[in-house]
Amino acid sequence: MAHFEKATSVKDWLNQRLAIEKVEKVMASEYWIPKNINFLWAMGMVLMITFILLLVSGIFLLMYYQPNVATAFDSVNYTIMREVGFGWLWRHIHGVAASVVFLIIYIHMFTGIYYGSYKKGREMIWISGMLLFITFSAEAFSGYMLPWGQMSYWAGMVITNIFSLGGLHLDGLVEWLRGDYVPAQAFLNRFFMLHVLLLPLAILGLIGLHFAALRIPHVNNQDGEEIDFDAEAQKYLAGDKKGSKVMRFANDFMSKDMMVVGIYLIFFFYLVFYHYNFAMDPVNFDPADGLKTPAHIYPEWYFLWSYEILRPFSVNIGLIAFGFAQVIFVLLPFLDRSPNAVPANRRGAFGIWFWLLLIDMIVLTAMGKLPPEGAFSTIGLVAALAFIALWIALPFITAKEKKL
Amino acid sequence: MEKNGRRGFMGKAFGAVAAVGAVGSLVAMKKSWDPLPSVKAAGFTTLDMTAYKAGELVTEKWRGKPIFVLKKTPEMVAKQNEDDKARDIVVNGEHFMVAIGLCTHLGCIPAYYPEDEDFVCACHGGKFDFAGMVTKVPPPRGLDIPPFRIDGNKLVLGEIGPEYEKMKENGVTL
Ligand code: HEM
Ligand code: FES
Repeated sequence: MAHFEKATSVKDWLNQRLAIEKVEKVMASEYWIPKNINFLWAMGMVLMITFILLLVSGIFLLMYYQPNVATAFDSVNYTIMREVGFGWLWRHIHGVAASVVFLIIYIHMFTGIYYGSYKKGREMIWISGMLLFITFSAEAFSGYMLPWGQMSYWAGMVITNIFSLGGLHLDGLVEWLRGDYVPAQAFLNRFFMLHVLLLPLAILGLIGLHFAALRIPHVNNQDGEEIDFDAEAQKYLAGDKKGSKVMRFANDFMSKDMMVVGIYLIFFFYLVFYHYNFAMDPVNFDPADGLKTPAHIYPEWYFLWSYEILRPFSVNIGLIAFGFAQVIFVLLPFLDRSPNAVPANRRGAFGIWFWLLLIDMIVLTAMGKLPPEGAFSTIGLVAALAFIALWIALPFITAKEKKL
Repeated sequence: MEKNGRRGFMGKAFGAVAAVGAVGSLVAMKKSWDPLPSVKAAGFTTLDMTAYKAGELVTEKWRGKPIFVLKKTPEMVAKQNEDDKARDIVVNGEHFMVAIGLCTHLGCIPAYYPEDEDFVCACHGGKFDFAGMVTKVPPPRGLDIPPFRIDGNKLVLGEIGPEYEKMKENGVTL
């Protein structure tokens, strides 16, 4: 047995058993962060905080929510909203956070693309990040089913039908997913399970993987500089804090991170108290009715761009385009053939590509919200084709890029 | 060396046991997600076809899905093209359009416009004529026709009659 001595303090007692000092060093005070980064590097922490807000508000909603087609709607819209003390607060936090988390994810992703933070050893950070994006999408969708309103029902119908894969007619697969011919009790119950247990577990695991993937390459910086972290850390520990290119994660970088988090939280709770309506679709305040489709079915704003890629084509081509849009971002580290891991504005054609992609996705988002008629259909089609063309062009323009 | 051999064997033996267990549990998990027998057995809907007025769309319900029933007017019958005729359900000399009222694209319920005699799907803009044939993409095919059997003046949905079987063979419906 290992040798233990009489502890001199609680800390020492814990230290002998759990090595807390060493853990603290590895995780925080000797986890090194470059100095030349900006507020965009705080988005990861903002995401972490938003995830915690979702978790806590979700736990309180879970105490009154009833996953039953007869009672789900009222348990949310009556019990939680009107009877439970501060029930409305948890619901509005949960709804607003579910929407805002995607805004932050998109900022976080495009920051990564802009600074080239997905290459030279950072591929696994990117891939685990995209897995998080996919799991978050599934989490948002399954949660949207739970109030069992008209949008829940019809979004459930349309999205599960995608799994018949058009011309392949896998109707059996769709019925298997639903546990019924149409979304009904079995469907609500299993999406409830996914939303409150299986997917959150997967997200926690993936966050762990995402952080583990960051350890060895460390975070990138805004100049695309390759930093020798060991040497710079040595310098810092030897007392040359000014000359070193790195700083401690805690408390140095954390204090800046939390400053951004503080500003974010003010904005967030402003939305929760005064502007929660954007996160609550009015159509979903009608109870689910399998015999009546709402006039327009559209997903939440964060799915609009990929929805718009599905819409203008005939069913099979639409599904292929949609599938392409879902997976293509994962492949970014391999489609970008240039060795330069520097900000996009120094990479010539790639810089233009970056802004075109961003604008194209905003156009797709706007068109996805509008009814599929006339000029909107045409603009949507052009933007969808442009999205595909941009990704096909990426390997070629990056292969031609001069090495810096 | 010998010891390693024994460990290797133990590893393989465990792997075999685990593989059997994994396959078994996957089967159990798959089956647990299947629709329940009570859902599967969910039944049959019988429609009295004498109750409909020509030119007026009525929505019935079968297995939780909306079913469109449209008794065609003589003018509609006269102007039907070949595709439309193949989808005709004739009960006692009257012509009917009977179809599952879910868009064959992704399953929204198209709305009927009596003045234009067609269906428009609001979700992605698909269109169908009064006989349920697709006239504008993205829907890949006409509205699906539920299994039916003609029984005098009645139509039994969920049972397979000779007229339905013929439609299936000719590829009129899935
Ligand atoms: C909600 C889930 C997520 C959480 C909690 C999270 C958290 C974090 C944290 C704490 C960091 C380090 C600090 C920073 O650079 O911001 C980070 C870095 C990073 N994340 Fe995420 N992230 C999430 C989703 C994503 C997604 C969807 C992507 C896109 C594929 C992504 C890609 C990256 C990349 C490329 C980096 C490295 C940035 C650099 O090296 O400069 N993450 N993430
Ligand atoms: S569901 Fe009808 S056009 Fe897409």
